[in-house]
Amino acid sequence: MGKVKRKVKVIKIDVDKCNGCRACEVICSAFHATPKFSSNNPARARIQLIHDALKDVYLPVYAGENAPAECMGRGKYVIDGKEYDECSFCRASCPSRGVFKEPDSGLPLKCDMCESDPPLPEPMCVQWCLNAALTYEEREEEAEEEVKLDEMEIGLESLASKYGLQKVTDAIARMSKKE
Amino acid sequence: MRYAETGFNLEVDLSRGNIERVETDPALTALHLGGLGTSIKLLWDRVPPETDPFSPDNLLIFSSGLLCGTPAPGCNRTIVTTISPQTQLTAYSMMGGFWAPELKYAGYDKVILRGKSPELVYLWINNDKVEIRDASHLRGKGSNETAEILRRELKEPNAQVAAIGLAGENRVYFASIEQGRSSASRGGIGAVMGDKGVKAIVVRGTKDINVARPVDYMALCSEVLQYIKNRESKPIPGVMPILAGLGSPQEMRLIDEEWHTTNFMWGNSRTRRKDFWTKEIEEKWRETQESARTRLISCYNCPMKCAATISIPGISTYMMKCFSKLTYTMAAYSDLDFGFKIAQRATEYGVDGFTAPQVMAFALELKEAGILKDQDMEGIPSDSDGKFYWLLDRIVRREGIGDVLANGTYWAAKQIGNGAEEYAHNNIKKQEQLPLKLGMLNPVYFLMYSTGEKINITQIEGQFPQSPFLTKEETEEFIRDWIHVPDDKFKEYLRKWEFRGEFSNPNYPDIEASCDIVDWQEMMHYIDDAVGMCAGLSSFPLKPPYHIHNYPALISSATGIDMDEAGLKKITKRNRTLLRAVNVSRGMRRADEKPPEDHWKKRFPELEAKLLDAYYKFKGWDDQGIPTKDSLKELDLDYVADDFEKRGITGNGQS
Repeated sequence: MGKVKRKVKVIKIDVDKCNGCRACEVICSAFHATPKFSSNNPARARIQLIHDALKDVYLPVYAGENAPAECMGRGKYVIDGKEYDECSFCRASCPSRGVFKEPDSGLPLKCDMCESDPPLPEPMCVQWCLNAALTYEEREEEAEEEVKLDEMEIGLESLASKYGLQKVTDAIARMSKKE
Repeated sequence: MRYAETGFNLEVDLSRGNIERVETDPALTALHLGGLGTSIKLLWDRVPPETDPFSPDNLLIFSSGLLCGTPAPGCNRTIVTTISPQTQLTAYSMMGGFWAPELKYAGYDKVILRGKSPELVYLWINNDKVEIRDASHLRGKGSNETAEILRRELKEPNAQVAAIGLAGENRVYFASIEQGRSSASRGGIGAVMGDKGVKAIVVRGTKDINVARPVDYMALCSEVLQYIKNRESKPIPGVMPILAGLGSPQEMRLIDEEWHTTNFMWGNSRTRRKDFWTKEIEEKWRETQESARTRLISCYNCPMKCAATISIPGISTYMMKCFSKLTYTMAAYSDLDFGFKIAQRATEYGVDGFTAPQVMAFALELKEAGILKDQDMEGIPSDSDGKFYWLLDRIVRREGIGDVLANGTYWAAKQIGNGAEEYAHNNIKKQEQLPLKLGMLNPVYFLMYSTGEKINITQIEGQFPQSPFLTKEETEEFIRDWIHVPDDKFKEYLRKWEFRGEFSNPNYPDIEASCDIVDWQEMMHYIDDAVGMCAGLSSFPLKPPYHIHNYPALISSATGIDMDEAGLKKITKRNRTLLRAVNVSRGMRRADEKPPEDHWKKRFPELEAKLLDAYYKFKGWDDQGIPTKDSLKELDLDYVADDFEKRGITGNGQS
């Protein structure tokens, strides 16, 4: 298989520049409302400002993958003399905390970099961060070319992983004889 | 569906422990918008003029603005309305921060407190769940301390807390309500909260706020944001640095305080120190400020950085906003290090940073004059800084002389007697003012000082320059992109205005121009106070992102209410007149409407009388400042006219 170029989208976070205004949360939740911009609610935002004003902790964090279970071990970070909470840097929506969940349904939220058609020049949170605590970068990376599976193949693959390839092949063979 | 607003208020009866969620009448939104507008309507309807500020019948209303919680940048103000123990008139102190949007997300536009709790309590508003909870463990705690304890106790790091400190608990007439980043400080509203037995209101909300025409509204909000970005990159030339940009004056960012420290008055608003600011002072202050300031911070959804986190070794961290940086320092003839340190204690106690330092300087003046005696101040330290700490500690506890001083200079002077009244010289309507004394009467400022219902100049001035520009070229340069004027005549007023000669203060701006200018400034503030916009992005600075030409579309696309400039002007006039009506019904008359005697060295009694006459007439008030029957009816305030008639307040000069 050959190499292909792939676009990687990166939001850089400079915590020293954050003024704590939470405009990122406001605009994220407005953009993802249906219809677009019809409502806003920072509790629905896929970016959350983890903050503790008197300890000078200002940490914008983007929602990543959903983690169905809690971590058994956690890390505590001390940076520039400031101790961050155990879950501060974590991007997962998980059972151990309330962030990155739809407030009504509890379903996990995930940042999609404001994917839309036509595409935006930058995600909305970056556009609304006039203090440049959030900046956007795109770069190209080389990656192994992946063969894209179609829907049926995805289905077959998951059947194979559940029952074993042999069983699936046998089943298909049986089915084709009947016809 | 209700747009921009939630359509619900929380009614809390503290005497009976009753809480109700009450749907509001959309017709009132159309008449008054929200925020101060609808709060003043509640005050008119439900707090008759006989009500004492410390009566259970006085209301304490925490309100969001109509657009708070929507994406409009900088729209985050909490407007607190009540009857002030200090002025006995309406107090409508405001704070930025994060509280009002959180209240909207919890599903409420206002929290209306009435009655009195027999025990100290706090209110916990968590979406649909609202509880009155015991606060006995918080008695005597500082405002920030209280907020930290409550967030921990409730396990809600994202809850927003508005709390009083010791000053509020002890009903100090200049007690504030603190919110960490911001405070609502004027008029003693913290004392009313303490009187009601409420230590704090904690809010957490996770619901949606809807807007009526999302695409239009977002386009306008984005435009505002873009404008802020451009405007901040181009400070206005030819004006002092603190007036060149947006936001509240950037005291936390700027080091250069030459203008304030050499033009404002030190001590009890007495002494100008023209030579104070030197290279050495600047270096020292730079060092103090840069080492104390950990971060420049903003309020909710605002790109500005008007406040800072202040961390000084040995004392608790706190957050400071603009001018309190200087008020303590200047009152005590001290330095910035002292100012930062005592402001920390004052914030925890919860006192107004304008009034508190002046009260303390006033006490020391009385002592020096022999009016207060040694026994009144037994045990006071000998150094100046120490004296201020000593006085502050006594005032908030109402101990000894502190009990007298806790009522502010006006009431304290009355109680002390023996000539003390002369020393309470910097008040309007019984409330301490900015420590500023000037030479030549400025007719525009004369009117704002005299008639502003806010009784606080920085909250009623704004979009018109404070003085003419030095050259014609500078004036033209300023006018070039002055899109904010309601009418082109304002450009002519500025063009004509000069430093000397026929077209200078006190005769110019002339009476007509002065009325127009004041009316414009007022209108903008009344819009801001109804929608919950920070004055720092609208009515207060020169060339702000919000103005009379974009507000109607913003309000209309957010709420779905049809709105044009004329309609918006009428609403603000209605709100402004209703607020005046509340104060008039409480006895405010022309005799009360004057700046401190010594505010300007050169005064012109005849001109001042003409200015007031003209302004009253312009506003539709009689020669006592009472709205006339006709002007009330024009604003759909017939019920006010009827009430005035019943009470024998007739307007038309017959009161």
